[in-house]
Amino acid sequence: METILFLAQTEANGSLGKAALEALSAAKALASDLAGSILIAGLVGGDVQVGADQISSCGAARFVAVAGPDFVPSRYSTDLVAAAALCTAASATIIVAPATSRWNRVLAGVSQRLDGRIDAHVTGTTVANGQPGITRWYYRQRMEAVVQRTRRPWFILLDPGCGEPWSGAVGTASVELVSAALTDAQRRTTVAGIQAPPADQQTIRPDAKLLFVAGAGWTKAQPDGKAHPEEAETLILGFLAATKASLGSSKSLVDLSGEGHAVLKFMTHLNQVGQTGSTPRHPKGLSTCCHGEEPHTVGWRFITERRAINLNPNCSWAQGKADVLYVADAFEVMRKINALLTARA
Amino acid sequence: MSIPYQIVVCGSLVPDPLQTLEPVSNPAGPALKNELMLPAVLDPWAGHALFEAAHLAKQHPGSKVWLVTIGPRAKLQQVMMIVAQKVPFELVALDGPASGFAESAEIAAALAEAIQAIPGLDRSRLLLFGGWESASRGAGTTMQMVGERLGITDQFQGVDQLTITPDGSLRVLERVEGGKHQVSLCTGLPALLGWATGNLPEPPNNPQVGMLNMRTVMPALQRAKPVKIANDGVAFASVALPKQRRDTRIVKDLSTDDIAREIVEWIGKD
Repeated sequence: METILFLAQTEANGSLGKAALEALSAAKALASDLAGSILIAGLVGGDVQVGADQISSCGAARFVAVAGPDFVPSRYSTDLVAAAALCTAASATIIVAPATSRWNRVLAGVSQRLDGRIDAHVTGTTVANGQPGITRWYYRQRMEAVVQRTRRPWFILLDPGCGEPWSGAVGTASVELVSAALTDAQRRTTVAGIQAPPADQQTIRPDAKLLFVAGAGWTKAQPDGKAHPEEAETLILGFLAATKASLGSSKSLVDLSGEGHAVLKFMTHLNQVGQTGSTPRHPKGLSTCCHGEEPHTVGWRFITERRAINLNPNCSWAQGKADVLYVADAFEVMRKINALLTARA
Repeated sequence: MSIPYQIVVCGSLVPDPLQTLEPVSNPAGPALKNELMLPAVLDPWAGHALFEAAHLAKQHPGSKVWLVTIGPRAKLQQVMMIVAQKVPFELVALDGPASGFAESAEIAAALAEAIQAIPGLDRSRLLLFGGWESASRGAGTTMQMVGERLGITDQFQGVDQLTITPDGSLRVLERVEGGKHQVSLCTGLPALLGWATGNLPEPPNNPQVGMLNMRTVMPALQRAKPVKIANDGVAFASVALPKQRRDTRIVKDLSTDDIAREIVEWIGKD
């Protein structure tokens, strides 16, 4: 018998985001699969009523919240106090939260403060023989484990995109506000804002259907003996504009940028996919000018359909890592693809 | 305002990313096959944290960098031979597991204890650095727990940039969703920064730095305190490699036009 706290932050408009609703589905499933367990919803934000109403029919026995202007910003010191207060108020034994940057930053600290344990980047929850368990990957998506714990409270950070978001009727939730007192020292970090490229130059699109990965080959000498980074930029940006794909990169390409080489100007470490980069979730992925070595392709673990364009028929993509490998010059293929996409538009 | 910082960097070892990894089951829990034989490197994100620490220390005279690390002593020695040539630091070593399956709360306890034992540590000048995740456990939990144990409540994760403003405040860029950064200002120390990639390239090897570092590295390794990780209360029901291996269709004989057409059709399919 567990007391399962679904923990989420409200968005700027007061509602709960998709990642939060996915975590709610997982929390609700755990509560129903573990006999005698109850579900409690815990929210943090400026004004939480809209969010609570949004999930009022989720079956939570209670709605608890820490609310107020101090809890609007995504900040370790205040989120720590808020989350700890909610866990205590709910007497929670299992806490399920979305692995957003906000909860990723703080929930291990809360776990430490409450003498609990935590699993982050969880990809699923299970119940076997009446015991809850989680699945997560180790060594950068190279091996998958099922983990069970006896220690409570147990914090579970569920990665976005790993389940269906909960949906249900909007109603009116009765929210119990929980006190979370702050000191001045807990306010000494202030959030100044969000820094992002202009919308038309943003190349990272987590909700895109397609991931387009560019490798270092785009900057190498072409058959005429010269590198053509300007044309590479034009081809890649043209493709992104036509398909609204999200742009990924191999480490070698972004490292070239960091070392001051004249390469693809829009490429940063934020685009990097793989061992020391991200592991995005998209239904399809197209790799170009990248050999598909293991440190890169571990970042493709959650790309469902994979195709690659590479001049080398023996590159790593051919070793069971892609569904289709086109042995061809990516410059030529992308020119044709862009022409076809333009003609269709 | 220039403050001589005390920068403590936490970081462990991970298998060289090019190695093939296979899990095995031991009486003590899961491990990697031939784990002690696998070549190891400093965890990449911890490496970024170390290079950023050294860069900051160079800009602020009087600053000092410690590298607090846990791993099997013999492997630590191998890895330090390389890392010590990169940037100046003083090593604090713990002889324990570097496994991704080791419980992060217990690792955090050992690291926090080692940091607290550093002589002359001044909280008003303390910056605690580490990687925002590791390439082994990949959870991003250890540093937060170390910080919490040390009472550090200004914490930042996924940091790509730290700027010291003229009044000594910290301006921190943290990665958030959708390829964006959250900008925060922190007006006091201590603070904890879990680094993502940062902006610095890996420094070239510098034999002089290596010789200086080795004066403290070898004694630190010799007195490395043994640390036992019990993995209390955790059970691994299974650890397995992914089963899916794709049956790759290698297309060699299609014209560029046909390849382009096929890809455009594939992209357009739901």
